Amino acid sequence: MTTTMVRAENVHKSFGHVEVLKGIDLEVTNGEVFCLLGPSGSGKSTFLRCINHLERIDGGRLSVDGKLIGYREEGDKLYEMREREVAAQRRDIGMVFQRFNLFPHMTALENVMEAPVQVRGESKAAARKQALQLLDRVGLAERAGNYPAELSGGQQQRVAIARALAMKPKLMLFDEPTSALDPELVGEVLDVMKDLAREGMTMIVVTHEIGFAREVGDTVVFMDGGVIVEAGKPADVLGNPQHVRTKAFLSKVLS
Amino acid sequence: MTVTAQSPERVRPAPIKAIPVRRTGQWISAVIVAALVASLVWSFASNDSIQWPVVGEFLFNSNILRGGITTIQLTVLSMVLGVVLGVVLAVMRLSHNPVLRMASGAYLWLFRGTPVLVQIVLWFNLGLIFPRLGFGPVSADTNTLISAFGAALLALSLNEAAYMAEIVRGGILSVDKGQTEAAHALGLTGARTMRRIVLPQAMRVIVPPTGNEVVTMLKTTSLVAVIGAQDLFTEAQLYGSKNFTTFEMLLVACFWYLVLTSVLTFAQSRLEHRFARGTAQGGPAGPGWASRLSANLRPGRSTTEGANR
Ligand SMILES: Nc1ncnc2c1ncn2[C@@H]1O[C@H](COP(=O)(O)OP(=O)(O)OP(=O)(O)O)[C@@H](O)[C@H]1O
Ligand SMILES: [Mg+2]
Repeated sequence: MTTTMVRAENVHKSFGHVEVLKGIDLEVTNGEVFCLLGPSGSGKSTFLRCINHLERIDGGRLSVDGKLIGYREEGDKLYEMREREVAAQRRDIGMVFQRFNLFPHMTALENVMEAPVQVRGESKAAARKQALQLLDRVGLAERAGNYPAELSGGQQQRVAIARALAMKPKLMLFDEPTSALDPELVGEVLDVMKDLAREGMTMIVVTHEIGFAREVGDTVVFMDGGVIVEAGKPADVLGNPQHVRTKAFLSKVLS
Repeated sequence: MTVTAQSPERVRPAPIKAIPVRRTGQWISAVIVAALVASLVWSFASNDSIQWPVVGEFLFNSNILRGGITTIQLTVLSMVLGVVLGVVLAVMRLSHNPVLRMASGAYLWLFRGTPVLVQIVLWFNLGLIFPRLGFGPVSADTNTLISAFGAALLALSLNEAAYMAEIVRGGILSVDKGQTEAAHALGLTGARTMRRIVLPQAMRVIVPPTGNEVVTMLKTTSLVAVIGAQDLFTEAQLYGSKNFTTFEMLLVACFWYLVLTSVLTFAQSRLEHRFARGTAQGGPAGPGWASRLSANLRPGRSTTEGANR
């Protein structure tokens, strides 16, 4: 049975007078790998950040696993959520950033242990055991004791993925996870993401890695100027784009 | 452009042996400085008006030492209270709540806009306008409640909090916004993010100027002599005027202030090392102990400035 994990209906978001999202409609089903492409400034990051309420939307509805993000609905009224409730919603949504954002004052292991201990109140021993398993899963069991500054970009990003997975999220958001990496390090991160996809994780991935979208993606969406221009199966959108803007973008990225 | 590829049979050249540049200027200045220092030392040492035995005798006088202890207590307690209140003020200043922001801003304006010397005297004389202090039915005589030491502690820590607030705020703002976002994305609340993620990283920026604040505080405590708070300077002055050894006792006081600032400066460089954790090589060592000491002893943030703030 397929259920909807993320549903966006006419989502709007402005920064001051600049409207960045101009009505996004989409649906991500459980277990789907959903790839977002688009030129710089098209609003991909903004949309991703709305999903875990790092940005609040100005209009429309956005829900994850059937629950509105950032608001409580009672009758026909919306109530803004308290900070604690927002934090609780975010536990189930993992996020991986372009610039890793590992905590530099903690070792790889401590980075992965932090949320289970602080947020879920797990014992240190249990969190440690799980963290070591996760680090092993991303191929970094040996680097558990290292600080982020002692790791390569690819290793840092894999730790960041392990850190997000430690909260056992039902949805993972990736914002250009390989854009800050040297070309030879991109593969190791994509491999971890492919494994994750194979295990059935629901993922929304903003990426310029067309190869990844084609191979792993279930749906590819092309965004430009705050709207979705084209969406469909990777083979269709990437292989036979209908819209001029998609064609122009793809020819630039693929060349 | 010509580029020659390194050929394997190339021999390594002999190390360069050149005659170093003569540093004549350095030598001349060294001689001048040495001469000046020598004459200064001599003018003190040979000065018949200074009773050196008295200086030696009173260096470890029990009242002087007790004064020194009071100075240390004042320094430590004022700094601890100042830091705690400073963190609170900084977090308030950065909060989304406009009332908290304004309250913090007003505090800073008030306490940084008036001289600490005036603040010390003001707290000491609080009894003039509020003879009794209390809350509801519980009240006590102001002058018994706020001793000279209490007034000194109150003034120094409240004043310090205003300066620490700015240092802490700078530290918090120095932490990359991505850190907060990553913590929020994991489900950490704002308070926990501040405590676990932001403040520990802000420490690297907060610790060095705080170390300087401690040294400045140590010297600023001498101002409490105006209300006779029995610190090192109070005691030294007291003995000096009683026994007509004013200058000798000032030398005694200077000796102990120098000892304390030197010890503090040493501790400061150790501490900074510790908070550089997690950076590439445990962090750069930063300026050494000796250069830091000289920096602390340079004019600029000296007691005179302390008196102005
Ligand atoms: N906090 C903000 N305040 C003001 N404007 C913002 C903010 N965040 C994003 N924007 C603007 O919103 C627009 C969309 O930004 P967004 O980061 O979502 O684009 P993107 O598609 O992720 O681009 P990129 O590929 O460069 O990451 C940009 O014009 C950007 O300048
Ligand atoms: Mg982006």
